[in-house]
Amino acid sequence: MNFVALRMLTGDRAKYFGLVFAIAFCTFLLENQTSIFANILRRTASQILDVTDAEVWVMDPQTEYWDQTKALKDTDLTRVRGVAGVGWAVRLFKGNPVARTSSGKFGASLIIGLDDATLAGAPRKMLLGSWDRLREPDSVVIDKAGYILLFPKQPLQLDRTLQMNDHLVRIVGISDASAPFLSLPIMHTRYSEAINFVGHERTELSFIIARPAPGVTPKELTARIEKQTGLRARTTKEFLWDCVGYYLRNTGIPVNFGITIIVGLVVGTVVAGQTFYLFTVDNLKQFGALKAIGVTNLRLTGMILLQAFSVGALGFALGTGMAASFFELTLHKLATRGIVLMWQCVGITGACIFFVVIVASILSIRRVLVLEPATVFQG
Amino acid sequence: MESNGHAVSCREVKKHYGEGETRIDALRGVDFDARFGELSFLVGPSGCGKTTLLCVIAGLLDRTGGDLTVLGERPDDLSDAERVLFRRKNLGFVFQQYNLLPALTAAENVSVPLLAAEVPRKEALDRAKALLSRLGLEKRIQALPSKLSGGQQQRVALARALVHEPRIIVCDEPTAALDHATGETVMELLASNAVQPDRAVIVVTHDSRVFHHADSIARMDDGRIVEVTRAIGSFPPEITQVAAPFQKEAAL
Repeated sequence: MNFVALRMLTGDRAKYFGLVFAIAFCTFLLENQTSIFANILRRTASQILDVTDAEVWVMDPQTEYWDQTKALKDTDLTRVRGVAGVGWAVRLFKGNPVARTSSGKFGASLIIGLDDATLAGAPRKMLLGSWDRLREPDSVVIDKAGYILLFPKQPLQLDRTLQMNDHLVRIVGISDASAPFLSLPIMHTRYSEAINFVGHERTELSFIIARPAPGVTPKELTARIEKQTGLRARTTKEFLWDCVGYYLRNTGIPVNFGITIIVGLVVGTVVAGQTFYLFTVDNLKQFGALKAIGVTNLRLTGMILLQAFSVGALGFALGTGMAASFFELTLHKLATRGIVLMWQCVGITGACIFFVVIVASILSIRRVLVLEPATVFQG
Repeated sequence: MESNGHAVSCREVKKHYGEGETRIDALRGVDFDARFGELSFLVGPSGCGKTTLLCVIAGLLDRTGGDLTVLGERPDDLSDAERVLFRRKNLGFVFQQYNLLPALTAAENVSVPLLAAEVPRKEALDRAKALLSRLGLEKRIQALPSKLSGGQQQRVALARALVHEPRIIVCDEPTAALDHATGETVMELLASNAVQPDRAVIVVTHDSRVFHHADSIARMDDGRIVEVTRAIGSFPPEITQVAAPFQKEAAL
């Protein structure tokens, strides 16, 4: 009887495509919005995640997220290095100088000063140039998106110059640094250079990044650093969630996206669920005839579940395909680079669609099970 | 009981819907027999209880009183699941509105009772096609119901009722949606293909133009059988009244 169930489902093309589209649209909307939401929140910690060398971040005890820094004292680095279990620890500077091109175009940027000796904390992927050239004086590596912002419609080219705090700075490399929360050019340079590009203050050490010695977990090390130095120490993952949590608590992003997601979920659920339920109701006469003929309730239940899950699976697959295509198209755009369809969002959406299918199936099955086959004789 | 040649035996069968002020007595004590090898007609005006009686006999509705035996079984003695299996095995249905599945071809529609009985799909389709050919629809086997005329659809419905070789076939107004000539053709097919010595056919109709196909005619009114006539001899049948004239409740 499975083929009968599937033919009943696909027989009325308009209803069938309506059902599939409703579920596909719901899937697309949920996957799209949740992925954009998650990726935007992830951007609040992009530069933390780009630092793959270190696993522990040390900062002022009041620091809550990446963009909120209070400089540490230089002696704090020595104190951290003195904590048992520290494999290595180096300085990291973060500042926001204004970069100006020779043509007069300018914009605020994000500059990250790496440890002069090791360059620890640099993003891994270079598109042009090399990290070694950072050892040249007044040199920076800029991210591709930032380059395009400062030098629009110009080819990627090394040795262009920028002016920052009266310093003429040479671009010695173009990186593929992750997009930040704000669309600022991201520049990496040595720590000693970075503080010149921004302007000296009494203290300048934004973060200390560290890696535990073998046999010590990052979590253990953060606990030891906090206990011994009184500074705030977080693992990379914890710091990531600190940033995400801060933006969730203090911006309108979650409300805005949350409303869209809830609307998408409710509309998608209601439309998909109701369409399937109405499909069953429209076919009650056929189910009644099958009951009269002697098809058991168990078999009818199986038929409805097969119909629901096949249409649910097809709609989900189509919607996921649409969402994947959307992100594939936007992945290489400047403003939306790095925003991808997250598997977690696909999973959550799949669970929602599964829930919709189950609810619609239960309602439909109930309607069919209580159906008196004698109704089929009523005109 | 089967031994006395009765496929169906109703004694004082009653059926009512609702309770209290909304109670409707659809069957008020029906005595009715359907014999093997015969076309038994249930006739009467709309609302007299014909279809309700048919549903009770087919096990689609529970009676509220009286005694009913179908193929020697008392439906009351069977569980719900057993009744479904009993119906699947022993009964074939022909509906007024055909009730074919619109997404299935003629052959697939006919195969449904076999598929419900777990017959392999290919075998079910082969048997369905053979039967449709016998009923003159060999060229319409792959047609969807929407592409068939009313008469052709009713023939498909007849094939669906016959394909699993049930011992009782119940037909509800099989000619009501057809013109006279088409209805006559369907009834001839029903009479020539369905009526067999070990099978009973019960037809509910108020189409007097097809009464001549009947072996017996039970006339209903107001929830009771008021007259039973039996045809004796060859066509045109000689109608013999065998039951006492109806006495209306109001006259008692």
